[in-house]
Amino acid sequence: MSQAIDLDLLPEPTTNVAEYSVSEISGALKRTVEETFGHVRVRGEISGYRGPHSSGHAYFALKDDKARIDAVVWRTSFAKLAFRPEEGLEVVATGRLTTFPGSSKYQIVIEDLKPAGAGALMALLNERRVRLEAEGLFAAERKKPLPFLPQVIGIVTSPTGAVIRDICHRIADRFPLRLLVWPVRVQGDTCPAEVAAAIKGFNALEPGGAIPRPDLIIVARGGGSLEDLWGFNDEAVVRAAAGSLIPLISAVGHETDWTLIDHAADRRAPTPTGAAEMAVPVRAELHAALASLHARHGQSVTRRIDAERRHVTSLARALPSVDMLLALPRRRVDEAETGLGRALRLSLSENRRRFGEAASPLSPNALDGLVRDKRADLRHAEGVLGHALSRGLAAKRQRFDRASLSLQPRAMSARSDAHRQRLVDLGRRLPRAQRFGLERLRTGLDAQWRVALSLNPDNVLSRGYAILRRPGAGPDGQPITSASELPMGAEFVVQLADGLRGAVSTGTENAGAARTKRARRAAAHEATTPAKQGLLFE
Amino acid sequence: MSDLNEPVLPPDDSDVKRMSFEEALAELERIVSQLERGDVPLDRSIRIYERGEKLKSHCDRLLTAAEDKVEKIKLNRAGKPTGTEPLDSA
Repeated sequence: MSQAIDLDLLPEPTTNVAEYSVSEISGALKRTVEETFGHVRVRGEISGYRGPHSSGHAYFALKDDKARIDAVVWRTSFAKLAFRPEEGLEVVATGRLTTFPGSSKYQIVIEDLKPAGAGALMALLNERRVRLEAEGLFAAERKKPLPFLPQVIGIVTSPTGAVIRDICHRIADRFPLRLLVWPVRVQGDTCPAEVAAAIKGFNALEPGGAIPRPDLIIVARGGGSLEDLWGFNDEAVVRAAAGSLIPLISAVGHETDWTLIDHAADRRAPTPTGAAEMAVPVRAELHAALASLHARHGQSVTRRIDAERRHVTSLARALPSVDMLLALPRRRVDEAETGLGRALRLSLSENRRRFGEAASPLSPNALDGLVRDKRADLRHAEGVLGHALSRGLAAKRQRFDRASLSLQPRAMSARSDAHRQRLVDLGRRLPRAQRFGLERLRTGLDAQWRVALSLNPDNVLSRGYAILRRPGAGPDGQPITSASELPMGAEFVVQLADGLRGAVSTGTENAGAARTKRARRAAAHEATTPAKQGLLFE
Repeated sequence: MSDLNEPVLPPDDSDVKRMSFEEALAELERIVSQLERGDVPLDRSIRIYERGEKLKSHCDRLLTAAEDKVEKIKLNRAGKPTGTEPLDSA
């Protein structure tokens, strides 16, 4: 067990270097850093920027090729930044250094941020332009024609300042109509989001709604530095402009200032005033053009009607006078009138002659003679007809008498008796004929049955014969008719007169032949021995 | 004999009211050209002349109907439009 040492008894170290606690040295370091670097400008590339935190503060780092320093922009400063941080952008940050005593870290608290010269911004702008162009956002075929005479124009700009006044005055001079201003900030951190929201907002308005939907949008801003106009290079703004269904004119900056919204817009105006001139025609000029057109319209139809009238007049002059037209018909009427009396007299005498010729055969004497002839013909026909009728009637009466004789009652009953007698005879002969027929059929059937019995194989079996059949089907099995069907070892069934027996083939064909010879000899021997001959029909 | 390619016009010219200024002006120019050429039958000339008069009246109406008004859109806290007010009232 070691003995406790009293530290106060140890000798003092022989040095004049000051001794600090960790807190003291950290505090001293913090004071030194913050006093020495209370206001600095640091140049570096933004790294790890992901937009402002939900708290509103922004955290990222500044780096160069050898080192990096953490950076923070507090919410209050972030809102005032003229320029929004962008990943990879080289900037000059103005602020102060501060340390964290708790973890021996330091950072720069940024109060202002500017791009490190136009070159850095231009490089970023060019990279973004190439990328968005590759997506097709600037393609010519996407661009929509501007309406010739819009009724409502939507303007996205600051509601105060020279730009909106210039546009309003120019439109009022050319063609006064309804203007709707969507107020936005045209620079600073919130500018891109507000401009994009305004473009989308105009597109979202319903036609015929409380707020009229514009036929054309102008996005406008006055001139300024690259940093001032930077909001109009924002990707969200470019996408909103390219996606607008309402035709859009961009009028950002002066003629020499180009931003990415200019590429995405349907038309680019060099100035806000130029946008107003693109947007509307001059009403007075339209009135003049319309008046000129209307005058030509009236004159053309008047000229046409005058030409038609002249044509009709010239045609009318070529027509002959009434007297000329009627002279020939009038002469023909006069000539006809002269010949009319003579022709009438000639016609009358001719008709009288023809009438006389037609009337001469129509005297009363001739008519009387004609009537007498017809009456004589009629009397003759009457005599002939009466004679023919009486002769025909006599012939019909003779035929009737002959027919009535055959219908006497005595003759009819004699015929009936004869038929009845025939029927009785046939009735007596019928049973005899039936018996004779049956007898003849029975005799024939007996003869056929005896033949059938002689052909029955069972009768042959009772005389010592056997039938060989295939196994498995009993007496109905297929009969075996050839020795070739029974190879060595084949099973079969032998059918005898009083039943069936199973058997197996044991010999070859030669053995079979030998047995056949023995069977023949036995048969020959049997033939020499007299035996009782069996009857065919036992 | 009228051209087979001539458009069939509505008997009451009801389509004129729906035309934009540009469409009406373009058709009026076409009608004037046809009448000046003089190759249209007289009955059709009179018919298209009457239509031309209606087109001219419609164009006049569109030129004089435009209202001279400048308004600012009022936005709520969420940035959504709620109505309009005169621009100089801010």
